[in-house]
Amino acid sequence: MINVENLTKTFGAKRAVDGISFSVERGEVLGFLGPNGAGKSTTMRMITGFLPPSGGRISVGGHDVVDQPIAVKRLIGYLPENAPAYTDMTVNGFLSFSAEIRGLRGDAKKKAVSRAVEMCFLERVLHQSVETLSKGYRHRTCFAQSILHDPDVLILDEPTDGLDPNQKHEVRQLIRRMGEKKAIIFSTHILEEVDAVCSRAIIIDRGRIVANGTPLELRRKSEYAGAITLSVRGVSASAVTQKLSQLSSAKRTSVIAENGSKVTVTVFPKPNMDGELTRAVIDATQVWQVEELRTEEGRMDEVFRSITMPDTAKSPESRVQSPQS
Amino acid sequence: MNSWANIKTIAKRELVAYFASPLAYVFIVIFLLLCGFFTFSVKPNLFDRGQASLSGTFFFWHPWFYMFLVPAVGMRLWAEERRVGTLELLLTMPITAWQAIVGKFLASWLFLGLALALTFPVVWTVNYLGTPDNGVIFASYIGSWLMAGAYLAISCMTSAMTRTQVVSFIISVVVCLFLILAGFQPVVDFISGFAGPKVVDFVTSFSVVTHFEGFQKGVLDSRDVLFFLSVIAFSLFTTGVILRSHRAG
Repeated sequence: MINVENLTKTFGAKRAVDGISFSVERGEVLGFLGPNGAGKSTTMRMITGFLPPSGGRISVGGHDVVDQPIAVKRLIGYLPENAPAYTDMTVNGFLSFSAEIRGLRGDAKKKAVSRAVEMCFLERVLHQSVETLSKGYRHRTCFAQSILHDPDVLILDEPTDGLDPNQKHEVRQLIRRMGEKKAIIFSTHILEEVDAVCSRAIIIDRGRIVANGTPLELRRKSEYAGAITLSVRGVSASAVTQKLSQLSSAKRTSVIAENGSKVTVTVFPKPNMDGELTRAVIDATQVWQVEELRTEEGRMDEVFRSITMPDTAKSPESRVQSPQS
Repeated sequence: MNSWANIKTIAKRELVAYFASPLAYVFIVIFLLLCGFFTFSVKPNLFDRGQASLSGTFFFWHPWFYMFLVPAVGMRLWAEERRVGTLELLLTMPITAWQAIVGKFLASWLFLGLALALTFPVVWTVNYLGTPDNGVIFASYIGSWLMAGAYLAISCMTSAMTRTQVVSFIISVVVCLFLILAGFQPVVDFISGFAGPKVVDFVTSFSVVTHFEGFQKGVLDSRDVLFFLSVIAFSLFTTGVILRSHRAG
């Protein structure tokens, strides 16, 4: 549905987007991650035709964004960053205007507006001026505008920004439900959202794609993926780390907590050896009084940091390292 | 036609926005008060002239009223969209930038036309006092509206330059002032003091006052009409260029 090839955008001497390529098919929800200023919004603005690209090609539904902007814009529903809306209109007036400009008239317009109002829970503020709305309602008003015409492609720039936890949950549910039939790109700073909503995620840093995969694949890049955390009673921390560090499948160990006679330790696997590590740890610890044992799935925040800030990636507890590593 | 439908939708929204804010009412009241005051109280006023005519009194002041009133109407057109961020919304809708520019301009121009039409009691007054040439009055109204359109298009252009309405207002007042002064008698005398008649003609050809005078004599000269229409076309075209250049980066 969306095809981006070698996209670049320069503002003066600054390269905001530097050779990005990816594609999104119908039924996919693509999460856009990256630090502030990484080029997420700029990329979205180019896909929606607001900013002209400096280089590369974008096609949406087979139409080129530069050559056939109107055909592309018809296919897209767009929620810009900060969710702008005409403050001098009522919610109903704003949505009716948006529907009209999308070519909806009469009954079709009324139906589209009431459907969007229902999906975004706007009934209570329908005849209120946008100026007087709380941030959450204003955000949802703009979101309603983007789904009015039931578009095949949805581009959402931080759709859950400024919402309360319940509203966040609702919006995520909505995105996931719509993602079954549409191609959706959304950007976020909230990493749990990627797990909750995306079928695929892209991490952008300084205008380049630095990671691209399913949330699971991304988490597998984490040092924590397949690591085993266990709590043992009655054995000293040094004895535990010494024994576990000697396992051939262990990369290193770190002591997370020492609480009286109870020690909690994490063992990190060598690449692609997490299965072996699990078995080895179970064998090695049979003689001890193990109170807790769990396998880590890998942490998105750690992956994010190690990719976007390679120098400071180590999480605080991993600095307490066993002598061997 | 599809593009016409889009222009109409934009224009309708813009007109509704005018009347949703106090701006429209403040503008109309001030414009009517100024017209009334300057026509009947400032010498030489309508009664001093002793003629059943609106030229030289009522219409004489229009270029000056418009100089600061029209920029007040036009200043928000694009500056506000950029400040609030709705420009991004508007330009990612399935419409062209031209449709948005023309739609917004037409809405404001219609609004100015409405304010102008509300001065009808003056026409009624001169018709009550004597027998004016209503053809001349009608031509003057057409000219006045065209002149307002030219000022408005200039305000539209300056509004696209900035996200601050006040800056837009000041720039367009200055540009409009230039367009008036280019034909203002003291200025013309000043220029003819050191420059040849060709230069004087060139400068005065930019004057809205000179072009508006023809209408006040009841002459619908195609050159005058063309002057105002070309100022409108040029300014709106430039608005499009400015809007595009902001995004090109």
